[in-house]
Amino acid sequence: MTTAAPPLIRQRVEPAAARASQLWKVYGSGEAQVTALRGVDVELERGRFTAIMGPSGSGKSTLMHCLAGLDAVSRGQVFVGDTEVTGLNDAGLTRLRREKIGFIFQQFNLLPTLTAQENILLPLAIAGRKPDQQWFRTVIDTVGLGDRLGHRPSQLSGGQQQRVACARALVSRPEVVFADEPTGNLDSRSGAEVLGFLRRSVTEYGQTIVMVTHDAVAASYADRVVFLADGQIVAELTGPTPERVLDTLKSLDRPAPLETEL
Amino acid sequence: MLRATIKSLLARKLRLVLSGLAVLLGVMFVSGSFVLTDALGRSFDNMFSSAMAETDVLVTARPAIDVSEMEGESVPGTLAAADRDAVAAVPGVAEVVADVQADGARVIGKDGKVVASFGPPRFGANWTGETGGLELREGRGPAAADEIAINVTLAELSKLKVGDRVGVLTTQPKKMFTLVGIFGYEGGLPGQGPVHEVRFTEAVAQELMLGAPGAYTSLSVTAAPGTDPAALRDAIQSRLGDRYTVQTGQEAGAAIAGEFKTILSLFNNILLGFAGVALFVGTFLILNTFSIIVAQRTRELALSRALGASRRQVIGSVMVEALAIGLLASVLGLAAGVGVGALLAKFAADFSSIVLASISVPLAAVISAFAVGIGVTVIAALLPAVRASRVPPVAALQEVATPDRPLTRLTVSGAVIGALGAGAIAFGLATTGDAVMWLLLGGVLATFIGVSLLSPVLARPVVSVLGRLFSWSVPGRLGRLNSGRNPRRTAITAAALMVGVALITGVNTTISSADNSLRGDAETGFQADLIISGQESPGVLPTFDEALLPRMRAVPGIGTVTARYADQAMVGEQPNWAAAFTDLPAVVRDLSVVTVAGTLDQPGPGEVVVDDQNAAEAGVAVGGTVTVKLPKGEPTTYRVSGVYQRTPFLGGYLFGTGVVPGMRFPQPSLAYVRLADGADADAARQGLEALLVDSPEMLVEDKQQYLDRVLGEGAQLLLMIQILLGLAIVIAVLGVINTLALSVLERTRELGLLRAIGLSRAATMRMITVEAVVITVFGVLLGVAVGVGLGAAVVQGLADEGLKTLTVPWNAIALYLAAGVALGVLAAALPAIRASRINILTAIAHD
Repeated sequence: MTTAAPPLIRQRVEPAAARASQLWKVYGSGEAQVTALRGVDVELERGRFTAIMGPSGSGKSTLMHCLAGLDAVSRGQVFVGDTEVTGLNDAGLTRLRREKIGFIFQQFNLLPTLTAQENILLPLAIAGRKPDQQWFRTVIDTVGLGDRLGHRPSQLSGGQQQRVACARALVSRPEVVFADEPTGNLDSRSGAEVLGFLRRSVTEYGQTIVMVTHDAVAASYADRVVFLADGQIVAELTGPTPERVLDTLKSLDRPAPLETEL
Repeated sequence: MLRATIKSLLARKLRLVLSGLAVLLGVMFVSGSFVLTDALGRSFDNMFSSAMAETDVLVTARPAIDVSEMEGESVPGTLAAADRDAVAAVPGVAEVVADVQADGARVIGKDGKVVASFGPPRFGANWTGETGGLELREGRGPAAADEIAINVTLAELSKLKVGDRVGVLTTQPKKMFTLVGIFGYEGGLPGQGPVHEVRFTEAVAQELMLGAPGAYTSLSVTAAPGTDPAALRDAIQSRLGDRYTVQTGQEAGAAIAGEFKTILSLFNNILLGFAGVALFVGTFLILNTFSIIVAQRTRELALSRALGASRRQVIGSVMVEALAIGLLASVLGLAAGVGVGALLAKFAADFSSIVLASISVPLAAVISAFAVGIGVTVIAALLPAVRASRVPPVAALQEVATPDRPLTRLTVSGAVIGALGAGAIAFGLATTGDAVMWLLLGGVLATFIGVSLLSPVLARPVVSVLGRLFSWSVPGRLGRLNSGRNPRRTAITAAALMVGVALITGVNTTISSADNSLRGDAETGFQADLIISGQESPGVLPTFDEALLPRMRAVPGIGTVTARYADQAMVGEQPNWAAAFTDLPAVVRDLSVVTVAGTLDQPGPGEVVVDDQNAAEAGVAVGGTVTVKLPKGEPTTYRVSGVYQRTPFLGGYLFGTGVVPGMRFPQPSLAYVRLADGADADAARQGLEALLVDSPEMLVEDKQQYLDRVLGEGAQLLLMIQILLGLAIVIAVLGVINTLALSVLERTRELGLLRAIGLSRAATMRMITVEAVVITVFGVLLGVAVGVGLGAAVVQGLADEGLKTLTVPWNAIALYLAAGVALGVLAAALPAIRASRINILTAIAHD
């Protein structure tokens, strides 16, 4: 193991940015019942970049949706910061999304009627908060959109649109940013730009990011990779490289004893 | 291709339901009017033929004043006792019943007020025993001069009972009678239709109703057994000569029913006009729906083109869809129309106590339902279908990116059509003749279409300005941006609302202008302090006893009282109005009448004073002569002694009081009162009211009250028009709901995104509501602008009729805007709830 800081110690010092315990998610009922998550326990440390990986149908997106309060859980508990997400009503969830969570989706992240700048500031506007000008400039400079702020989404490339989405997720300094395959629709160069930007926001500004991906290269930008299969966490990597991620994924394809690197 | 069409039809149920509903409502209106008027028409047929059932031949005098039911009330002529005897002597005549019957017998109820009738005549007639289907229900027929019998309809309304002392107003001032009998008609009917009937003894009826002793209005002849009514009719006709109309009972019944049916068909045409407006608005909705469907199916259509479908097949697939909707909506609309028509007919029959004939579905209702329903749908879908056929096959492979097509062509054609419409209106108002109506209709239609085509160009700036009002909140701002996103769709949705609002505003502008012009004239010209007058109704001119005039003048504080007697008259061959004043110079002073030629002194015997317009129409000048026949008089030649300028308060032929005996109501119907200097107005008024205690129809009003009452009729007309245009507005609101529902559907992902980044449910609903309100307010603004324009054109065109100033009804416009906001909120309700319930996860994944 080459990881510098032992995460277990840090977790005891401050609460996790998001945490799930004994999380179950069951879709449908009777014959058609599908269990997407089977008792997942996971903690996502503050100030770190976590990737969630797994084959299709492994439950990785479901896990993220449950953590973010977008989907209701069947059993178990989810916390974002010190707020219990499970059990919140719609108004509570809305407030949670406003104040503690940022989102980046695979596609269709922006409102076509608004300029880039308006899109970035939209969460703050919805919440009725004033943007922190200095932080706004920092975010803009980091994503490198300074000269494109007045453009509408239709006038931006896919990579630029996704960088606007990143800036929007970061500008309100949420407790945690959830990114759902943020590079899934981009070519490798644009994808690298977006991932580099996410990495920097973790390293330089201490942002917590949780990213679902099926791309080993994308996962390698993270501090820690959590592997899901059949609705359970089956492996973890810290300090991943594309090769090690691919190796782990391959090992998941054949039924193997649970590997843990901790 | 057909199967693909039907499948895609079923896949878009909601939209089709909404556009189908618009057609359905319009068709319902059309077929409902036909069913209603058909049922009422046959009911009238039945009623009058049963009234004439026992009459083989009916003899009537040619009318003294002959006008159709639509122009006013014709004045019946009279027959003499000698005529009755002559008819009785014709071989084959078994029995002759001589009838006296005239409108205008008003019974005073127990509350001291005249028992009101809402249109149907209040006949005063002679008692002829239980003939013509009449059946005594209580008491007996009148035998003495101070006895009357009344029909059940009137008895029920007035709550009068046999034995009561009853005051009755006729052509003479109030007379007291004892109610001795109550009668109905065969079949348990309370009356012949909704008419009120008072039966006097013959001499009293002749005296009070006709003012002519020994005169009759008709002779009901019963033929001897074995005599053919038609042969008898000819025999009587040859005996009497052509001063009289002789008809068989059947012919007479059909003739009277025919008069009513002429009015019914006019009524039907009015209803159809409003149905047409509703359908016109529905066209917008269908056009919009199909445009959207075609836009959404661009890739699908392109794919079918790539797979080898021809243009014709693509057009066909869209048209089949339209045809299916039109057909279904027509069938359902026809069914609903029959239901609504039957319901209204039953309601109308109950209200007017006529026996309703069976409800049937006239062929016209069926034909028009399908023609209109399918026609409107197919025409509205034609444009989108052609557009669909122009989708290139390559569009199947591309991202759906339909850039905003330039609006230039739309704008230019809108401007041209709008200008043509305005031109047609201007020309129509400037000319006279049969073409005027069509010019105006076509002009208004073209104006609507032109403005609708222009509305997309207007949408952007107007919506942006309107939206600023809501931009203080994020949802408001988003809603505004959304409504500006598709200017065509916003515009056509708003244009649908424009049509109804424009018509209402136009009518309101015209009425307010007329109202204000009249008030303005009254302000400067009307010098009388009090006016004594009554509410006129067809055939009845409320009057008061002329014997009161000297007593009125003696009331403390009264300066002058100038009385007016009035009636219809035949001037040459034309019906017109004749009036006589006790003192014309006083009227000239009280109403500030302007002399055009000659003198406006009190006309002497053989002299007449006429207004400038009538003088011009009759082609007479001072010194010229006109022949005037009053209802009870013989044609007499008068010399024109003066010409005055017509005002809204004074027009027609003015005589000295010598002509009064020729009038049906030889009593004053109006009086202008000037108070003495320093008089106590209230005391004077109470003094006059006390004198008028036996004339409960007469009101003593000051100028303001008088104008308010006279002009109140305009407000009622406006209310009626607003109710009838309500359907057009409802359809327009359906269009707004449709557009919003589509917006919500199309923007599912956006809505999911917004919810994901923290937009609350309430804020989502606000956003949709703002979008709706921006559309409806835009529509109302367009409508108000067009409506004021139309109103201004009409006011300009009617300048000759005394419409001097254009008055924009600002209060009403403010009300319409408020209603527009309310309609927007209403229309947004369902789509907004739907938007707020969107599941974020599925929305984001939505393709």
